[in-house]
Amino acid sequence: MKEKLVLIGNGMAGMRTLEELLKLAPDKYQISVFGDEPYGNYNRIMLSPVLAGEKTINDIMINDLQWYEDNDVTLYSGQRVSKIDRIKRRVMTDDGLVVEYDRLLLATGSKPFMLPLPGADLPGVISFRDIADVDTMIDTAKSHNKAVVIGGGLLGLEAANGLMIQGMDVTVVHISDTLMNMQLDKTASDMMLNELKGKGLKFLMQHESATIEGKDRVERLTFKDGSHVDADLLVMAVGVRPNATLAQSAGIHCKRGIVVDDTMQTFDPRVYAVGECVQHRGSTFGLVAPLFEQAKVCANHLAQMGIARYMGSVTSTKLKVTGIDLFSAGNFIGDDDSDDLVFKDAARFVYKKLVIKNDQLIGAVLYGDTVDSAWYFQLMRDGTDVSSIRENMLFGQHHLGDSGHGASNAVDGLPDEAEICGCNGVCKGDIVQAISKHNLFTLDEVKAHTKASASCGSCTGLVEQLLASTLGSDFNDTPSKKAICGCTGMTHNEVKTAITEQQLKTIAEVMQALEWQNPDGCHSCRPALNYYLLSTWPNEYVDDQQSRFINERVHANIQKDGTYSVIPRIWGGVTNPRELRAIADISDKYNVPTVKITGGQRIDLLGIKKDDLPKMWADLSEAGFVSGHAYGKSLRTVKTCVGSEWCRFGTQDSTGLGIKVEKMTWGSWTPHKFKIAVSGCPRNCAEATIKDFGIVCVDSGYELHVGGNGGIKVRATDFLCKVKTEEEAMHYCAAFMQLYREDGHYLERTAPWIERVGLKSVQAQIVDDEANRNQLAQRFYDSQKNAQNDPWAEEVAKQPQKYIPIKQVG
Amino acid sequence: METNWTQVGVLADIPQKGSRVLNSKDGDVAVFRTSKDEVFALFDQCPHKKGPLSQGIVYDKRVACPLHNWVIDLGSGEATGPDEGCTRSFATKVEDGVVFIAL
Ligand code: SRM
Ligand SMILES: Cc1cc2nc3c(=O)[nH]c(=O)nc-3n(C[C@H](O)[C@H](O)[C@H](O)COP(=O)(O)OP(=O)(O)OC[C@H]3O[C@@H](n4cnc5c(N)ncnc54)[C@H](O)[C@@H]3O)c2cc1C
Ligand code: SF4
Ligand code: FES
Repeated sequence: MKEKLVLIGNGMAGMRTLEELLKLAPDKYQISVFGDEPYGNYNRIMLSPVLAGEKTINDIMINDLQWYEDNDVTLYSGQRVSKIDRIKRRVMTDDGLVVEYDRLLLATGSKPFMLPLPGADLPGVISFRDIADVDTMIDTAKSHNKAVVIGGGLLGLEAANGLMIQGMDVTVVHISDTLMNMQLDKTASDMMLNELKGKGLKFLMQHESATIEGKDRVERLTFKDGSHVDADLLVMAVGVRPNATLAQSAGIHCKRGIVVDDTMQTFDPRVYAVGECVQHRGSTFGLVAPLFEQAKVCANHLAQMGIARYMGSVTSTKLKVTGIDLFSAGNFIGDDDSDDLVFKDAARFVYKKLVIKNDQLIGAVLYGDTVDSAWYFQLMRDGTDVSSIRENMLFGQHHLGDSGHGASNAVDGLPDEAEICGCNGVCKGDIVQAISKHNLFTLDEVKAHTKASASCGSCTGLVEQLLASTLGSDFNDTPSKKAICGCTGMTHNEVKTAITEQQLKTIAEVMQALEWQNPDGCHSCRPALNYYLLSTWPNEYVDDQQSRFINERVHANIQKDGTYSVIPRIWGGVTNPRELRAIADISDKYNVPTVKITGGQRIDLLGIKKDDLPKMWADLSEAGFVSGHAYGKSLRTVKTCVGSEWCRFGTQDSTGLGIKVEKMTWGSWTPHKFKIAVSGCPRNCAEATIKDFGIVCVDSGYELHVGGNGGIKVRATDFLCKVKTEEEAMHYCAAFMQLYREDGHYLERTAPWIERVGLKSVQAQIVDDEANRNQLAQRFYDSQKNAQNDPWAEEVAKQPQKYIPIKQVG
Repeated sequence: METNWTQVGVLADIPQKGSRVLNSKDGDVAVFRTSKDEVFALFDQCPHKKGPLSQGIVYDKRVACPLHNWVIDLGSGEATGPDEGCTRSFATKVEDGVVFIAL
């Protein structure tokens, strides 16, 4: 018989937990849900757009009644649970209905705090929490004119904005001199105050309410100083309190909220709690992003997988008032040991403040220009060392460029038909519509539904901004912890550590030891695991072909018509008539439709049929060519310029050095592709400063540059250091590549890797610490011993059958 | 009507979590073998933009298309998740280590 699970609270956190649970263990429980409100589960944060007339109640349903039926979940809607009997393990409603449980999940949310003012019980005095409140507001607006909102926080301002759009004359009453004082500093608040006044809202700042007066319903609000304001409707938005009364009455340990541990369990092991009703490590919650993380963890334990932990979240906020662009996150006030970076342009209504402590970004407030919010937030979550970007970071990430979008890309200002995703042709309107229509909360969900940012990923930041501005806070899946894929809750780092610590040596062992949810994994995690095992146990691990993308499996790039391209290695871009003749003959022999000079100083033979690959490779091998790995997450090209051998400006033999470097590094697997270039002088004709590793020769030696790329987001390299000799340049190159191989996440190129860990830490390990540099380089040389076998020759010898059909019929 | 079984080859010639192609006069058919040695056959064209499914990564009873990562159910030929589309599937059987499909 199935175990019985009862959920009290049919809201966003509880239902998200059920959805996660059903994904993990669809048949484990017989589930009953109790909800005070007479509906299915709706998207509470969208009440603001409903009030502002931008959406209807139907638009914001997440789980309608049909959903409960389809998933075999019994919903008791409009029924309040008034008693929990933990001894007999059952719950009881106001109407006397009794249901038993094996496990109980509390998700009772929070209660709006109502100021205990005389007159607070008059009709027309309400909160802003549920559909009933919104209905009252819209109704009242039809027949009355004056609205007062107490509380200039997020909720109060959204209520005020909505009521104004409904045609009311609205005054916001706030006790301090700073609006949204939980999220903003005084400067940002003053700017916002100005803009909101411009929209037609009135403000009474630093006013303390005293009494609410009226005969049959509210008529006015008076203040401690004796003044008053007229009101036909009074909305209190002064904060929420965790709704823990029911739990408390059942003797479950509560402080401000229901106390839970990192597994979302309460003090009664059969009882779990998630959402705004809980208190975790001393914190309570008011935004949904952390609640969704809790939901994931809780579902994992309810499914008895027992591995996930909730460790708290960093959250960020946006105000959902159209036209107001605002972002805040972390500790934006700072303390004695922190520094502020501040930018203010009052005429353009732009203000930015970054708070830095111990070389890390710990808080941010952005007003008017929030383009870089996702980037700042990422830096905060990753705890990146920002000392090397400190002087420029206030101006945003646009020194990294953003192909097709440029620097001025505040999405809020874009029209609906603006193209956000250039690869898949997805417009802003499509994305916003999909977010509301399908109730999407995460980047992955938007990717899946719209394909936006699902290809090259350069528009990820824009899509994240659209999510944030549509939903009001940061929803990037799991903010503090990004799992490799849906098969596991573990991050890249956790998996890598486990591989080393637990000596895991095959994909199957990793999946078993780390309790993978799908026995076969998927197309995201298998290539990553294969890489981690390969780089951790270089001379031991047997490569798993079936866990590689087709390009790496057949050592050629698949094209859109299913044919392949073949690019032989041309060392340092230098060739000769004999090689060119061989390529020409081979192209004739196989009727190659297109022969093209690549951007990497080599020659691409395009349009090759799969069956022809081994034959062609055999011919290329014969002529002395090896694979260019143009298909691999591995060393690609080493571009060079002519250098001192010919060029009148050349300072060193850049061509010769490039060839040596390529001979040293070819065949090595890396987390993402790795490109090198060597230029003979600072004119830099080989474009070394947009390569993963770039060498610029100067008269006195070699400048080493790292972490650059062209491509999707152009990023110029960071200067690593300068060395005197060719040997040193190569040694540093080996050490740098090895550090990246050991530290980078799969599919993370050197540019994002360096931005994640900080240039300073790379310099510390490679430049400052000679012993460490030598060890890194040694590990690189060791792993190269078995890596430099030409994959083409090997395939021809060992597996020609892989390339031909199993049979032909008809 | 009697099913018309075509012999494909021996199971061992298809890699686990992999696939081989059968050339037929109506186009290529991808014959898959899962980690549990089940065999499936699909028309070798992704419902999205005709990518060769035989070249994708196989897991469970699914294959991820090599061109744009649509995930196709091996049994039904249908795209999973929010993607929509379906490719033709063929019945298969394995007898004494020999694979047959119903073309
Ligand atoms: C053939 C070539 C274009 C050409 O005709 O010149 C090429 C072709 C492809 N590039 Fe490229 N890139 C080629 C040079 C470049 C360069 C220029 C360079 O290396 O100096 C760049 C920008 C520099 C850089 O990478 O920093 C470049 C940036 C990209 C990117 C974006 C990388 C990034 O980090 O932003 C991708 C996408 C990816 O790797 O995920 C990409 C991906 C691709 C793929 C593999 C797309 C794919 O998955 O099918 C294309 C394969 C076509 C094929 O089958 O041949 N290609 N690609 C060039 C091969 C060079 C070689 O000899 O190996
Ligand atoms: C107008 C508005 C705008 C918001 N905007 C944002 C935003 O932009 N970004 C953001 O991140 N967050 C926002 N929030 C906050 C967000 O909505 C909450 O964090 C979230 O809804 C909390 O989820 P929950 O499941 O804990 O509680 P709830 O969603 O409140 O669900 C709890 C449910 O339990 C029911 N219940 C309680 N006790 C019982 C009982 N004894 N028996 C039966 N049922 C019971 C309640 O009726 C309620 O339906 C906003 C909130 C409001 C009101
Ligand atoms: S070769 Fe590169 S730039 Fe050209 S279409 Fe392909 S991926 Fe895009
Ligand atoms: S062709 Fe298969 S996913 Fe595009």
